[in-house]
Amino acid sequence: MSVFSEAFDWLSTSTNWHGPDGVPHRVLEHLGYTALTVVIASAIAIPLGLWIGHTGRLRGLAIAVTGALRALPTLGLLTLVVLWRGIGLTPPIAALVVLAIPPLLAGAYAGVESVDRRTVDAARGIGMTEWQVLTRVEVPLSLSLLLGGLRSAVLQVVATATVAAYIGLGGLGRYLLDGIAVRDYPQMLGGSLVVVVLALLLDGAFALLQRLSPT
Amino acid sequence: MTWARANSDRLVDLMLQHLWLSVVPVVVGFLLALPIGWWASRFARPRAVLLAAGGILYTLPSLPLLVIIPGLIGTSFLDPINVAIVLTLYALALFVRIVADAFAQVSAEVLDSATASGYSWWQRFGGVELPLAGPVLLAGVRVASVSTVSLVTVGALVGVSNLGSLFTEGFQRDFRTEITVGIVLVVILALVLDAVWVLLGRLLMPWTRLRGAG
Repeated sequence: MSVFSEAFDWLSTSTNWHGPDGVPHRVLEHLGYTALTVVIASAIAIPLGLWIGHTGRLRGLAIAVTGALRALPTLGLLTLVVLWRGIGLTPPIAALVVLAIPPLLAGAYAGVESVDRRTVDAARGIGMTEWQVLTRVEVPLSLSLLLGGLRSAVLQVVATATVAAYIGLGGLGRYLLDGIAVRDYPQMLGGSLVVVVLALLLDGAFALLQRLSPT
Repeated sequence: MTWARANSDRLVDLMLQHLWLSVVPVVVGFLLALPIGWWASRFARPRAVLLAAGGILYTLPSLPLLVIIPGLIGTSFLDPINVAIVLTLYALALFVRIVADAFAQVSAEVLDSATASGYSWWQRFGGVELPLAGPVLLAGVRVASVSTVSLVTVGALVGVSNLGSLFTEGFQRDFRTEITVGIVLVVILALVLDAVWVLLGRLLMPWTRLRGAG
């Protein structure tokens, strides 16, 4: 267990908590990438997923694409995108967005599909337009599954952003990849523990949010 | 293609290593989850605790786990066994929920009839419960298998060689072909393995083919 005490020594060293290399700054960076990725991916995947769920069109295609994306190795996509498009923020974020789309899409269409068809028919029966059916009936009733998709996407991006440190992205993955390069095990382990705590906190926050959601 | 042909020996080696690192976690995870999931399907309290534990395990990011596991169990940081253990844990976390669901959907009347016709517990489990849970179990194995094949590549970052090594190497050498070949081989491996599970499912559950399921 001495490696863990060394990691805790690393974590309790004051210089590791200040400046651009410090834990607070790296956590914020990591959360920033995650938020940016999930916002962009949501803007693409959620409207598309709601449309697929509402109309029932392209459902087979959506299932096939999300399945195929799941088989795609993250690290391969990240390294290829960077060699193809160069370093900087855009290529890795674009790759992270692609990887965050499947859970969001699945959450959205599965959510709408989970709504009882009789409820939807009743909404149409009382004269709601298709738009009203979607926004006032289907979306509120599928909130829990939508949140579930968002939860998976956020956790996946937190994990993948760590891997993306390999292609030069900042964030908490830096501690791991820089540590691997110089065999600094305490730093790697300390950084790993911070990522794990961050993932657990985010998951806990979503669990709470899902419990509060009305459906 | 020329590059792939010139390096075919190495690619086959990496693929075999990748195969081993994918199959062991799926099989071990499944075998461990079978009794745990069955137990969870029968009793509400362990079910809640086990599913919550599985959920938390599944949220832990892979790369940090690959760093933490050797520290916990004292293996060398470069040992491939760390990758196998981490992926087994993920597979286990996924399977416990699926196995619990698979056994929960077997109707209680069917089980009672089996008992009433004189089946022993083991005969009932092997002859009735397991076959009826089979199609859901197979679906779970397929999901776990695809994601495991893809996750193995992360092991390349901690120096465990597999098809993911083509990504790190290709990146360092600024050689896109190598990465592309790696991605294609990973996807092919995932598809081949998936076909193997489907075939195995048909052999073990010949009745599912008649219904067009599985």
